[in-house]
Amino acid sequence: MPVPEVADSFTGSVNRVTLGATKDSGGTRTSTVTVGGARNVVYGGSIEDASEKPVIAMDVLDAKPQDWPDTLAEPYKDVLDSPGDWAKKCVAEFGAEVICLKFDGIHPDKADLDAAHAVKVTEEVLKAVGVPLVLWGCGNDEKDNQVMPKVSQIAKGQNCLIGTVKEDNYKALTAIALADGHNLITQAPLDINIAKQVNILASDMGFPLERIVTFQATGALGYGIEYAYSIQERQRLAALGGDKMMAMPAICDVGYESWRVKEAKLADAPGWGDVKNRGPMWEATTAICLLQAGVDIIRMRHPRAVAIVRNFINQIWQ
Amino acid sequence: MILIAERINGMFKDVKQAIAEKDKQVIQELAKKQTEAGAAYLDVNVGTAAADQEGTMQWLVETIQETCSTPLCLDSQKPDVIAAGLKVVNAQNGLILNSAPLNKKADEEILDKYVEMAAQAGPKASIIALTMDKNGVPQDIDTRVAIAAEIVSKATEIGFDARRLFIDPIILPVRVPNAQVQPGNILAAIDQIGYLADPAPHITIGLSNLSQGATERSLINRIFLAMAVSRGLDSAIVDVLDEKLINIVATAEMLMNKQIYSDSFLKVYTAGK
Repeated sequence: MPVPEVADSFTGSVNRVTLGATKDSGGTRTSTVTVGGARNVVYGGSIEDASEKPVIAMDVLDAKPQDWPDTLAEPYKDVLDSPGDWAKKCVAEFGAEVICLKFDGIHPDKADLDAAHAVKVTEEVLKAVGVPLVLWGCGNDEKDNQVMPKVSQIAKGQNCLIGTVKEDNYKALTAIALADGHNLITQAPLDINIAKQVNILASDMGFPLERIVTFQATGALGYGIEYAYSIQERQRLAALGGDKMMAMPAICDVGYESWRVKEAKLADAPGWGDVKNRGPMWEATTAICLLQAGVDIIRMRHPRAVAIVRNFINQIWQ
Repeated sequence: MILIAERINGMFKDVKQAIAEKDKQVIQELAKKQTEAGAAYLDVNVGTAAADQEGTMQWLVETIQETCSTPLCLDSQKPDVIAAGLKVVNAQNGLILNSAPLNKKADEEILDKYVEMAAQAGPKASIIALTMDKNGVPQDIDTRVAIAAEIVSKATEIGFDARRLFIDPIILPVRVPNAQVQPGNILAAIDQIGYLADPAPHITIGLSNLSQGATERSLINRIFLAMAVSRGLDSAIVDVLDEKLINIVATAEMLMNKQIYSDSFLKVYTAGK
């Protein structure tokens, strides 16, 4: 039986965003990455309509994580307290094209480290690797407003992706990201209406829509992934329909969300299979599912999961 | 909603005078203002006063293109006037030829001519086709839809994509005696025209005609537009300078889930285009 032709065509497209600045553009990155550009849904339309290859951003934490399960900590055990070496390992051994430096350690409920620490770590990672960086705050508005502008400044000219800004806390970071020439992550709590509004608010401050990446919040497999999926899909369809306020590439946080669910980390569960496989598979499955909804950058953690997902991407985006 | 701005039309006094005096500024101001207000296309109609309609069409097109690159909608029932405009128009960003009926007594091939001209003008050129034929404007729903179906099949037969067609079901002034049934008929016709092809042709109306000669013109136009959006209208020739009208389009489209709601949905409706 012939496969029916169901391809739809659209008038709009997803913006292209380039991360990283090499020497020629005033930075010190040795490579750049461009994402976005889709003119159809994933698998839809012709090959020319497909997006740039989605990219995996491997997480590096600014301070040694206290709550990582053994399976996840094991591959990084010699570098967990040295973000520079950690980033180097991700690039050299696991092929990371982007590093996401996540400032968990500055959170008041965690190590409550200060801006000087964050600046030092940023410098260290910038020096250690040549790939583009994502700089991601701790999620506490007050602390992020204190620390992230300083992080932004020290990475000025590197064309990083920095975030996140939210509907009720966007001004400080938007202004500094604009001044320092970074790209910006706008965040919404699985709410498409707020997602659009944050983009409008950032745009009202003069931030170019073409340099925004959206973060809709992520749910892991079994823990709300269907909400994340349908929002990502809706965002993509709005972009393709010509909605300029929704035409941004999307980032999702698969690593953190996958590794906090019990199915990924509970060792004492014989019926669920070997925990060493379960965790990476949970992360890989979550990532591949969201790729099909149309996300462009995926934050990930376990090297095995990264390898599986990269293999999938390379097969699909040939 | 694909908004086609109606003001550059020789039927309006200021435009008529500008044409007579070759006053570019009036035309260029209107072009700019309508573009800023969110027009996707600027309608260009020489009206009836100018003796040299073809020359006037060219002068208007050139005058507008000196000041903005908004796509134009060349508006004339005479193929020669359209052809004159086509010689100078820039169709790179889009173009509409407005408009041809299915056929007319004096010219059985009128629709073919417009389709042919659009096909030659480039891949982004569309036409507006009226649901009327040599018997005139139909009064009922079924004949309107039947003519629309003939238009769609005729266009697709010669390889003209239905997405480059704007079907205009022809709205008549509501205050004309015995015409009050017509707005309801138009809505029912819009419902059905959307199913004539997949992907569907666009559907457009010359909105202001509805309220010709009536009181409360703006109110009539605005309410009908909202009603028509709910039935699938995706384009209209309107006064884009009527801010309330544009807000109503934005709201109606949001309510029909064609635009994602945000707290600033009104503000970004035209900015996002």
